[in-house]
Amino acid sequence: MKFTLPWLKEHLETTATADEIATKLTALGLEVEEIVDPTRALEGFTVAHVLEVHQHPNADRLKVCKVATKDGIRAIVCGAPNARPGLWSVLATEGLVIPATGEVLRRAVIRGVESQGMLCSARELGLGEDHSGIIELDPQGLEVGMPASRALGLEGPIFVLKLTPNRADCFGVAGIARDLAAAGLGQRKSRDFSPVPATIEARPRIRLDFPKGHEDACPLFVGRIIRGVRNRPSPAWLRHRLEAVGLRPISALVDITNYITFDLARPLHVFDAEKLSGELVVRFARSGERLLALDGRVYELDEGMTVIADATGPVSLAGVIGGETTGVSEETRDVLLEVALFDPVRTATTGRRLGIESDARTRFERGVDPELVLPATELATRMILDLCGGEAGPVVIAGAVPQRRPPLVFRASQLARLAGITLPPEEIRRILEALGFGVEGGPETWSLTVPSWRPDVTTEACVVEELARLHGYERIPPVSVTRTAAVNPVLLSAEQRRRIAVRRAMAAQGLLEAVTWSFAPPETMELFGGIPVRIENPLSSELSALRSSLLPGLLAAAARNRARKQEDGAIFELGPRFVGDQPGEQVWAVAGIRWGRAQPRHWAAPERSVDALDAKADALAALEAAGVRTEPLITTTDPPPWYHPGRAGRLLLGPRTLAVFGELHPAVLSAFDLDTTVVAFEVDLDGLPKPKPRAGKARPPLEPLPFPPVDRDFAFLVDRDLPAQDLLEAVRAAEKKLLREVRLFDLYEGPGVPAGKKSLGVAVRLQASDHTLSEAEIEAVAQRIVEMAEKRCGAQLRR
Amino acid sequence: MDLEALKREIEARIEAAASLDALEAVRVAALGRKGTITELVKSLGQLPVEERPRFGRLYNELKDSLERRIAERRKELEAKALAERLVRERLDVTLPARERPQGRLHPVSQVSEEIIAIFADMGFSVAEGPDVEDDWHNFEALNIPPEHPARQMQDTFYLSSRDARGQPLLLRTHTSPVQIRTMRAGKPPFRIIALGRVYRRDYDMTHTPMFHQVEGLVVDRRTHMGHLKGCLQDFVRAFFERDDIPVRFRPSYFPFTEPSAEMDIGCKRSKDELVVGEGSDWLEILGCGMVHPKVLAAVGLDPEVWQGFAFGMGIDRVAMLKYGIPDLRTFFEADLRWLKHYGFLPLEVPTSWGGLSR
Repeated sequence: MKFTLPWLKEHLETTATADEIATKLTALGLEVEEIVDPTRALEGFTVAHVLEVHQHPNADRLKVCKVATKDGIRAIVCGAPNARPGLWSVLATEGLVIPATGEVLRRAVIRGVESQGMLCSARELGLGEDHSGIIELDPQGLEVGMPASRALGLEGPIFVLKLTPNRADCFGVAGIARDLAAAGLGQRKSRDFSPVPATIEARPRIRLDFPKGHEDACPLFVGRIIRGVRNRPSPAWLRHRLEAVGLRPISALVDITNYITFDLARPLHVFDAEKLSGELVVRFARSGERLLALDGRVYELDEGMTVIADATGPVSLAGVIGGETTGVSEETRDVLLEVALFDPVRTATTGRRLGIESDARTRFERGVDPELVLPATELATRMILDLCGGEAGPVVIAGAVPQRRPPLVFRASQLARLAGITLPPEEIRRILEALGFGVEGGPETWSLTVPSWRPDVTTEACVVEELARLHGYERIPPVSVTRTAAVNPVLLSAEQRRRIAVRRAMAAQGLLEAVTWSFAPPETMELFGGIPVRIENPLSSELSALRSSLLPGLLAAAARNRARKQEDGAIFELGPRFVGDQPGEQVWAVAGIRWGRAQPRHWAAPERSVDALDAKADALAALEAAGVRTEPLITTTDPPPWYHPGRAGRLLLGPRTLAVFGELHPAVLSAFDLDTTVVAFEVDLDGLPKPKPRAGKARPPLEPLPFPPVDRDFAFLVDRDLPAQDLLEAVRAAEKKLLREVRLFDLYEGPGVPAGKKSLGVAVRLQASDHTLSEAEIEAVAQRIVEMAEKRCGAQLRR
Repeated sequence: MDLEALKREIEARIEAAASLDALEAVRVAALGRKGTITELVKSLGQLPVEERPRFGRLYNELKDSLERRIAERRKELEAKALAERLVRERLDVTLPARERPQGRLHPVSQVSEEIIAIFADMGFSVAEGPDVEDDWHNFEALNIPPEHPARQMQDTFYLSSRDARGQPLLLRTHTSPVQIRTMRAGKPPFRIIALGRVYRRDYDMTHTPMFHQVEGLVVDRRTHMGHLKGCLQDFVRAFFERDDIPVRFRPSYFPFTEPSAEMDIGCKRSKDELVVGEGSDWLEILGCGMVHPKVLAAVGLDPEVWQGFAFGMGIDRVAMLKYGIPDLRTFFEADLRWLKHYGFLPLEVPTSWGGLSR
């Protein structure tokens, strides 16, 4: 919503400055986005009068004008075709900044003739697009040297408001003025709504025709014939005012409707009565009907849309846009003025479906004041008669003004209860009356008649808002919200704490945390074994399903990074993945990928590519951070199909898969245009064993054993394909009591080891809890280890 | 036998020993089992009885003196050997150290924890809700009528499927449905925040189809707008870590609150910078208000008894403001350079007592 200060002052007697008004508007909830003052840019520009025009001696297209200026007679070089003696225009003198270009005007010699200033076009002055010649002023009341902004009738500061959708009334200057007056910024002034008597008998034939139960589509339609008008351009003040709020002046009749739309938030329409045939019917459109609208486009209508139709079909789309064929033109003599009420929801739906944004729709879809229909009819009639002449017929009404809502009971105690403030009864009365409420009762229980222009006020809480707003939110004393317990209880759930721990543990592993879309292309979901949950109205096919895996987002990120020459990387994400389309069918998951080199190239570290065991370490770190004991986990070599079948696996606790990890399948990588090794891990946090809350926090005592431990190393030759885990399991199985640690310290294939075999070095530490081990005991354990390794894994001790 | 001469001779050999091994050889030759001095002591028995004490004393003095001398010499030789070793041993410590790669947390995670830390200090716990929502929780229960623009296809992502009761399913457009779920599932009083992903059908310079919000809800028998102001004012000052941040509440409109407000904080805008907490401009950072009586009624609470406030704030947005991150879209690109630059170290855990950030 835009309006100008002089326009506001027609509704509000005030001495407040533009800044004071802006501050108050924002405090009232009518947020001022911007104040633009076009007069500021024109400071120093003055009115000049062209006295003589001569041909430039050295240029065919240029003229040298003798101009009366504030500094006396000056010679000015000008190329405008409309420069002629007697013309009043706007002069820029040396040193001024031309608004359109931002350039400072300098003294100039043009083709050998000095120009002592510049006559400006409308575009140069920032007043529109017209650059066909210098601006022409209406000579009436002008004096040489007067400020151009005054001569142009510029409106002064323009306010740009960002209104909330509930304030339908403030889409008109009058509503804004009412709020300001109620807030103490001046006295409200009313327009002249007194009836304009009919001087002719012409009556329009209008009828409402809606199926029973749908009368609310248009409860009231008022028509009035005005004959013998002359539809000229509007006077300058009206044109300037409309231009200031961003409207294009068209003709007096159209401008008047636009003016009242902005003045009172009351859209109305004028038909060229001679172009209408037969009775006007307000009804639902019929399927297949079309309308050529004032914007020059043809719209296909459907049954949900309300139209105004004559004998030929729809002539206007109710509350949205008028029809081209019945619109007014310069030739229009007789008009039909329409002032009606249209249902907000239907208007919004129609506008949205057809993609039409209009000032009428903006207001109708928020709700126009039902009680303003008749007063606005009188105001519009008066303006038309004043500006276009003619004679008005009687006001013809179809339907009726909707009934007022019943009074709203308001208890003053609600103000303290909800807003934390109290106001004296007389202040409550003053504020509500100033806002237009009918106020009875008090001091505790009031009966309020809600003004017809405030459909948004429906509850006591709404009245609290009105009072708090007018009193000022800034005057509500802040009260801190403090916790009720001296020491907070634990406020995060075990799962929430676990997520925080995992996230930080992953970062501690050297992975960078990414946040990628919850969306993914459906075809990639199929690569990861998910059933895509499809979005009906996606922004693009890339974003047209919900992700069932975190990997597509991470892999796409890897590809983008590789394209930016980030050859190595490690990223993870912790977030939801979707396992179904119903609310709650989502799982908290963590996944990470590493690509390229395992570490940056470094003198002390041999260069190697990432491999599945890097991903395994990440998976284990995630599980540990999530509170899972990793010792009992076993690794299996049957990864899901999106992994490399020979270089990936699962981590299992008993029969349950807790994590999958490994190198990704080459086919998956090529789907993401990745031409490097990528390893990944995935853990569903929601699927992990729940952390068990323990009553006692004490840990079992540490019992350091006083007896010396014994370390023994074994080198076993096994088949190349034997999983190392099997050998370690065999070693562990050989001795339950004395074995404190089993560690694989060497893996070797090559010279000295037969083909098809590998050598695994296993270190064990033995320790008894009650005595020092004897050589014989140690030897016996070693013997059992060797036997078990041979029995279970066919391992030979290497000599 | 000339004991003095013997002593001088052995002492000379001790001095001449150039290594610990040589010294040990001298010691063995003199004091070992068959050493000169040891033999001398053994020969005491052959002396007349009256002579024995005197010679015994002399021999012991000699032995002690030599042992002392050997020990001193050993120390000297050890020091010399160590000095020689240290001259020999060299590592170029100007070489780059072995690297231990550090990961980082995304600003959204860090800022979420900051927000939790502050509200936890005010007694809020953290509630959660699903990203896929039904029409009722996301709109209807929040007093958003069917014809509201937010419910149209151009603003909200709808799923192709529906729920068991035939309701449209959608991606939540705000975290407010968590209010509804929390109030339906529990008993008042409530004091929660809910953080998470939200989705709107918008993608341009300043909007992404997914972003993050934090919702707050306090419902009890006495919480009013003064508490709303106090709580949020305390929050922004703690969050931006400046006690002097100007704060302004403006009346506004949301279907699910009445009265409604928007909160602005003071800031200074220049061409390419925005400084929070000073200057004469205002920046909107959140929407809030008293929970609408219809919302309370929708979850089965009597609005005559229960009351409170709710607010919603963009997490990404306050992260941008606090840490000077210029472009929302970059949050979701996972550019390694960006993650390293704007990310947080795993041990930078924000707490209300130890500070939110460095």
